[in-house]
Amino acid sequence: MPDQAAIRNPDRPSLLAGYATVPNVPDELVREDGSIRSEWLSLISHLDRLSADERERAFARGAQYLRDAGVFVRHYGEDNNPRDWPLSPIPVIQPASEWQALGKALAERAELLEAVVADLYGENRLVSQGHLPASLVASNPEWLRPLIGVKPASGHFLHFLAFEIGRGPDGAWWVLGDRTQAPSGAGYALENRVASLRAFPGFYGGSDVERLVTFFRGFRDGLNAMRREEGSRVGILTPGPMNETYFEHAYIARYLGMMLLEGDDLVVDDGKLMVRTVSGPKPISVLWRRMDAAWSDPLELEANSRLGTPGLLGAVRSGEVTMINALGVGIIESRAFQAFMPRLSEVLHGRPLSIPNVATWWCGGEAERDYVRANAANMMIGSAISTRLPLEPEPGAVLRGDMSDIGLDLDTWLASEGRNLVGQELVSLSTTPTWEEGQLKPRPMRIRVFMARTREGWKLMPGGFARLASSDQDSSAVSLRSGGTVADVWIVSDKPVTEDTMLSHTDEVFVRSAPGLLPSRAADNLFWLGRYVERAEGQMRLTRAYMSRLPETPAGGTPLMTRLEAYLGKHGLDSAEALPPALERTLAAAVNAASQVRDRFSVDAWASLTDLERTVGKMRQTVVRGDDAASAMGVLLRKITGFSGLVHDNMYRFSGWRFLTIGRSLERAIAMADLLGSFAERSGPHGGFELCVEVGDSVMSHRRRYPITASRETVVDLLALDPLNPRSIAFHIDEIRDQVSLLPRADVNGQLSTLSRAVLRIQADLSVHTPQSLDQAKLTELGQAIGLLTNDLHAQFLE
Amino acid sequence: MLYDIKLVIDYTFQTPAAGARQILHAMPATLPGRQRLIAGSIEIDPQPAMRRDRDDFFGNRLTELAFNEPHNNIEITLKARVEVTGSTAARSASVELRELARSLEAETDLGARSPLHFLAASPYAGPDHAIAKWARAQVSDGQACAKIVADLGQSLHGEMRFDAEATTVDTPAAEAFAARHGVCQDFTHIMIIALRSLGIPAGYVSGYLRTLPPPGQERLEGADAMHAWVSAWCGPGVGWVEYDPTNATFAAGHHIVVAHGRDYADVAPVRGAIRTAGTQTSNQSVDVVPVGE
Repeated sequence: MPDQAAIRNPDRPSLLAGYATVPNVPDELVREDGSIRSEWLSLISHLDRLSADERERAFARGAQYLRDAGVFVRHYGEDNNPRDWPLSPIPVIQPASEWQALGKALAERAELLEAVVADLYGENRLVSQGHLPASLVASNPEWLRPLIGVKPASGHFLHFLAFEIGRGPDGAWWVLGDRTQAPSGAGYALENRVASLRAFPGFYGGSDVERLVTFFRGFRDGLNAMRREEGSRVGILTPGPMNETYFEHAYIARYLGMMLLEGDDLVVDDGKLMVRTVSGPKPISVLWRRMDAAWSDPLELEANSRLGTPGLLGAVRSGEVTMINALGVGIIESRAFQAFMPRLSEVLHGRPLSIPNVATWWCGGEAERDYVRANAANMMIGSAISTRLPLEPEPGAVLRGDMSDIGLDLDTWLASEGRNLVGQELVSLSTTPTWEEGQLKPRPMRIRVFMARTREGWKLMPGGFARLASSDQDSSAVSLRSGGTVADVWIVSDKPVTEDTMLSHTDEVFVRSAPGLLPSRAADNLFWLGRYVERAEGQMRLTRAYMSRLPETPAGGTPLMTRLEAYLGKHGLDSAEALPPALERTLAAAVNAASQVRDRFSVDAWASLTDLERTVGKMRQTVVRGDDAASAMGVLLRKITGFSGLVHDNMYRFSGWRFLTIGRSLERAIAMADLLGSFAERSGPHGGFELCVEVGDSVMSHRRRYPITASRETVVDLLALDPLNPRSIAFHIDEIRDQVSLLPRADVNGQLSTLSRAVLRIQADLSVHTPQSLDQAKLTELGQAIGLLTNDLHAQFLE
Repeated sequence: MLYDIKLVIDYTFQTPAAGARQILHAMPATLPGRQRLIAGSIEIDPQPAMRRDRDDFFGNRLTELAFNEPHNNIEITLKARVEVTGSTAARSASVELRELARSLEAETDLGARSPLHFLAASPYAGPDHAIAKWARAQVSDGQACAKIVADLGQSLHGEMRFDAEATTVDTPAAEAFAARHGVCQDFTHIMIIALRSLGIPAGYVSGYLRTLPPPGQERLEGADAMHAWVSAWCGPGVGWVEYDPTNATFAAGHHIVVAHGRDYADVAPVRGAIRTAGTQTSNQSVDVVPVGE
């Protein structure tokens, strides 16, 4: 324990010199008497010891990490305008003792929510006995009628919850909102923690900040324990890359080692939920959904949903799959429930709420309506079924009695719409320090905390995702609506913390686990990623070959350049442009394919791909045709090779990598057959052979292998038939054959699959050719045959 | 009155559709005191890989189908014999709006027939200002609910033009109302929105109409396909009444009920997700023939 006298020491760290708290509002860092709370002491003194420069560098490292990782910490949920939230470098620090008490209170609240939702989808006693107004349930779009009477397979509706909490003027924590549907943010909390580590590398390691990993491991083990049978899987269901929190889904999937699935990856067969993989359909019995229930099954819920899985509700009904959380639990996010929670706690648990929620009045009752009318000046009045926090009111809500947007006076509005409205008290929230203009400044804050049902009961994540307002002008919660920052939350233990890992604790002998399943959609995206990246590289090489010849080309052109222009045109590349738009399109397609399988990539590989796209965007402004464009292509080629290197150097050699590799080899072999078919003609334009060798990136090999100038024989030999040249057709056919033979279902009932047979045929065909026999017509034919492999691949794995 | 009903729904897909999964709401219901299903069958061609009958939340019988193999064509044929015995016009005097509101506030039942399900917005029948304003103009103070239902339906019938070509399944009711044209689905949704705006719980009934009228009577609109009309709750005494705004009549002996729901989304004859790249076309034909007339 720190020395109490030292805390009260009047010579405060110079860092706190300008830290002026708001009167009558508690602050997380300093007490009312101006002394520093003990859990903050070590971080503040650490920061105080750093020079101004060192501090800024430390903070910049944290921010840099998030940028590099591509974290877009977006305003989640309640607002439709996504914007990036910068990280506030100062964590919010809480003592472990307080967090334990909070965890106990929130576990009770979680059990209460479970009991309420079980009743709403069960016997509906709370309504029939008059504890809840029936209309609140019947008019709620999240009360999903097809699921009424359906008991969850796990026995529980709720497994993973978030609570928005804030500290009120009395210093106690308040629940501002319950998040049951598909709470996001836990992944961001993890990422913010990594950023903290980067910012305070020396400090964090030795600190007694509780680690997050134990929480996630407990949750994951709990999910695994709910599987219906050995061999069945746990997956994370995402709405896909268009969703603003997709980054987090991919991150969490990678972190927990779970499959990231979209609705289209799943099928229901004979009442069972299956994931479509390259090895055929495989059972899945636990789904952690990050998708709102309404979109999950177009057959029985939102008919226009293209995100869901037809028949999913059937699988839920037959008890074949556990949804985390159960479909339909979104109903209790409605803010009107907050009005009834104190009563429901008494009814269901026989005791008052363990932690208060925002004071809420449902305006369907006369007494409540009168109270709201009388106290409107300190309230938000808005939709009863809205799930927004009082501090983030929806359009059409009334703040502090300002009726200007409604066009009715308050009395009339409450009288006519009362049943659909609630009033919620506007609480002011405590402040916590952020870093602005080289100083600590107090800012109102709230925290999203996460709770998981584990085999040992509900556990509160020792951390969270804090949101800080952009100014302290309005210390009421409302100012959190716009702008602001996010911050990590540290729970400081009074005992030394031990390191932990995601690996399961087990005394059993280490067994290498089988590699995960590859969903067909992911395989498809990897295959096309391989093709697009290779295609982009080919387009760069062709463009460079053209641009570098341009300055020496006479005004009337040369036969080679004319043919090259036509060839570029055939591939959609406009030779009149320094940077052909088709190249940008190819890269965009590659980024798009990659963005759908981000859970399968290293952060570095992703960063290098998006960097490439950005560079092309920048070059477009400045690059001019000729040598300048040629050297720009050189820059891009080096960058794209960097991406390929990162991918092929660290990607696990399993199905995913095989599809990527097949895509690359297929594209390269097709392009080479096409190139040779167009330029390796014996009687073609002068310089065609050299062009092939250059675009085929085999200048060095050619020089070494053939002490003569390029001829049709040397070029076709080196670029088509030489199995040792990584640019030749033969090399890539061998590669495709190797990879295909290692993919699942390479043979069907002991017979080669159609794909395997087709590859083998091409390989055999190629192996008997000589440069003479592989004439232009044969080259064209070969290119077409290789192209057709895509269809066989699709038919076998991707449909 | 006995009826023989035959419904044929035929789907053609431009490119073969794989993994089709559908829910059918097509079999006439048995409603004590009102109608009785004597016999009924649904045939599916080609044979589905899975077929299961069950009841939905509102107590409607549905048939769930799943196809594994790709198909160019799916044909659904329903045959049923139904006895219709009762009508749905209000038999006793119904309450006026203020009293109705009081009854609804006291309501705590959330069972299948509870009026509480039919007050809030639903996917095809969300609130619309123009319809609400129009509805308000049709009623005078102190009118009984059942009278309001009949008056609203009558007015709507007078103002709307039946036009089988003007709207599609996905045309919003507000748009059909603004243009004052549409088919039974539009008439029904508009009337539902109007009734709900007044505080009268209102739902969607799907069903069949007798194809050819009895001698000397006019043929009813909407008899060539599955039909739709409105059910409205007029207080605990009267309960539910059913009104057909397309034909300006209370649902009587010529209306055969299949399903009750909040709107079309709950009771669409065929609801389904079909994975297909190309377009699909569908045809529906209905024959409702009185037996032994």
